[in-house]
Amino acid sequence: MTIPKLPLGEAIEAAIDFLTENFSFITKAVSNVVENANEVLVENLEKIPPMVLILLIALLAWRLAGRRIALFSVAGLALIWNLGLWGATMATISLVIAATLVAISLGIPIGIASALFPLVNRIVLPILDLMQTMPAFVYLIPAIPFFGLGPVSAVFSTVIFAMPPAIRLTDLGIRQVPKELIEAADAFGSSRLQKLLKVQLPLARPTIMAGVNQTIMLSLSMVVIAAMIGAGGLGSEVWKAIQRFKPGMGFEAGLAVVIIAIIFDRITQKITHQGKTH
Amino acid sequence: MEKIKVEKLGKVFGKPSRQVLSLLDQGWNRERLAKEKGFALGLWDVSFTVEEGEVLVVMGLSGSGKSTLIRCLNRLIEPTAGSILIDGTDVRGLNEAQLREFRQTRFGMVFQRFALFPHRTVIQNVAYGLEIHGESKDTCRKKAEDALALVGLKGWEDNYPDQLSGGMQQRVGLARALAIDPGILLMDEAFSALDPLIRKEMQEELLQLQSRVGKTIVFITHDLDEALKLGDKIIILKDGRLVQQGTPEEILTNPADDYVEKFVEDVDMSKVLTASSIMKKAYSITWPKDGPKTALREMEEVGISSIFVVDRKRLLLGIVNADDASELIRKGISDLKEILKEPSRVTPDTSLTELFALESFPAAVVDESGVLKGAIVRGNIIAGLNRER
Repeated sequence: MTIPKLPLGEAIEAAIDFLTENFSFITKAVSNVVENANEVLVENLEKIPPMVLILLIALLAWRLAGRRIALFSVAGLALIWNLGLWGATMATISLVIAATLVAISLGIPIGIASALFPLVNRIVLPILDLMQTMPAFVYLIPAIPFFGLGPVSAVFSTVIFAMPPAIRLTDLGIRQVPKELIEAADAFGSSRLQKLLKVQLPLARPTIMAGVNQTIMLSLSMVVIAAMIGAGGLGSEVWKAIQRFKPGMGFEAGLAVVIIAIIFDRITQKITHQGKTH
Repeated sequence: MEKIKVEKLGKVFGKPSRQVLSLLDQGWNRERLAKEKGFALGLWDVSFTVEEGEVLVVMGLSGSGKSTLIRCLNRLIEPTAGSILIDGTDVRGLNEAQLREFRQTRFGMVFQRFALFPHRTVIQNVAYGLEIHGESKDTCRKKAEDALALVGLKGWEDNYPDQLSGGMQQRVGLARALAIDPGILLMDEAFSALDPLIRKEMQEELLQLQSRVGKTIVFITHDLDEALKLGDKIIILKDGRLVQQGTPEEILTNPADDYVEKFVEDVDMSKVLTASSIMKKAYSITWPKDGPKTALREMEEVGISSIFVVDRKRLLLGIVNADDASELIRKGISDLKEILKEPSRVTPDTSLTELFALESFPAAVVDESGVLKGAIVRGNIIAGLNRER
């Protein structure tokens, strides 16, 4: 006797079909907004001459993270330019920025709500577990019917993949605020909002920033994977190298990803630690 | 005027039914309630009043309910039963917004572990309550500066709390509470985390501060020396119930039960007893009515070798001794002013320790206007110590 396979996959497909058919006006609208924003970002980044942009990034790194990171940025970005990957790198950076902005502006408020309201926490936690353990490639599939091939689908799946740490660490940061400080805030008659803005968020800032750092790193790795659904950028260079079996070309593009990752990571980490010394 | 009036205050954690609460009125103790009904007793049947400007010390071992009590006053912990009147307002009847307003203006709270905000500078910490109340930036700054000056921390405005020593941090905590100019200071083991010397210093300063600002203070401690030093009135809690209330002297001389006695027996009596509790009747003569002859006769009558001289309003003028008086008689002078000497003067609340250190006896006990109240001879001090033990 055989037990028939549960039609789980079919059910999910039906649900996605239903959503696509009935809510495509929403996804289309989102798609347009994100696509336009991304295009504007890419165009502007590409308009700036590489030389100027390298110096700008180096200056930023120098102000925020110190001389060593600044020197590394100059060397690394110059190498990327030299390898002929400048355009692809700009496309990747703009995707990462777009995805991170969306992930943070959704993730931090959800994290706050989850820390303050037990009900939200009970709903959010299992969803986060699912989001983080589901293989990343799976998110790529439903993105296509919703948003079509291209950068918007990439941003969508990247946001889903990269948002959990922003939520989790915001939640954690707020919960870690010592109880006696909360009591002190209450004893002086603070409202919930005052307590959040004047005590909880400032004290949670280093932890929240660590979440932002994680989100950026995850965005970067997902944006590369999202090349499979037409995200473009460095990911598609890697993808091309795989299809044509050109290990050298793949390595070059991979190295560019690493360089960007290090620059992003060091700068955001420095911001995080600055939070700890007031 | 009654600043705080607490009646039959009770707190049982969890959601006890009326029937469970009635068991407490039948005299169930904490242990039985926990064992048979599964509820944790915080406080039960606690009543007391605090007059304006008075320092009430709440004492008890850890777990006796003193932290719960102080938090019930501003409803950081929601009471289960009883009433709390602050300036005649029923605190339990306030809605959320009214309660916040009440906390912003009526209560300044000081915490055992300081609870300063590490991300704010000293001045920003002190201004917190004002900021919450919606004061303007200038007012915040000005009032916070005043409060800091009051606790002697002028010049530390822009430091962060972790740059300060424990004692200084607690001054900031105190300044934060004083800044909102509350009627009531709630001090939860405020000095317990400080080392002994700093702690003594802070107690002295609190008393000095109190004489200037005249707040009503509810002070929690598990240390009897501290309680005796600071308290105008002391209440002692045990397992959530009130076992005794009274002045420090009443509690010392008349402990209600073994629990209180245990607290009391470790006390260094020499610090607690004051001149007023051991002084004797002061023999005196009145200038200018009495001359050396009267003085000598008085001394002979009661068997002493020197006698105080007061004016008609009993203001202390000095002391004369028998030898000088007879010399004066021999010379035929009748004005005692010639031989008047200055005796040691102490106030009624001078402690026994300080009395030990006096150089000349008898010492005159005078009140703040200089009126002679009594006398202390060396023998009184020793006897006083023994009597009270």
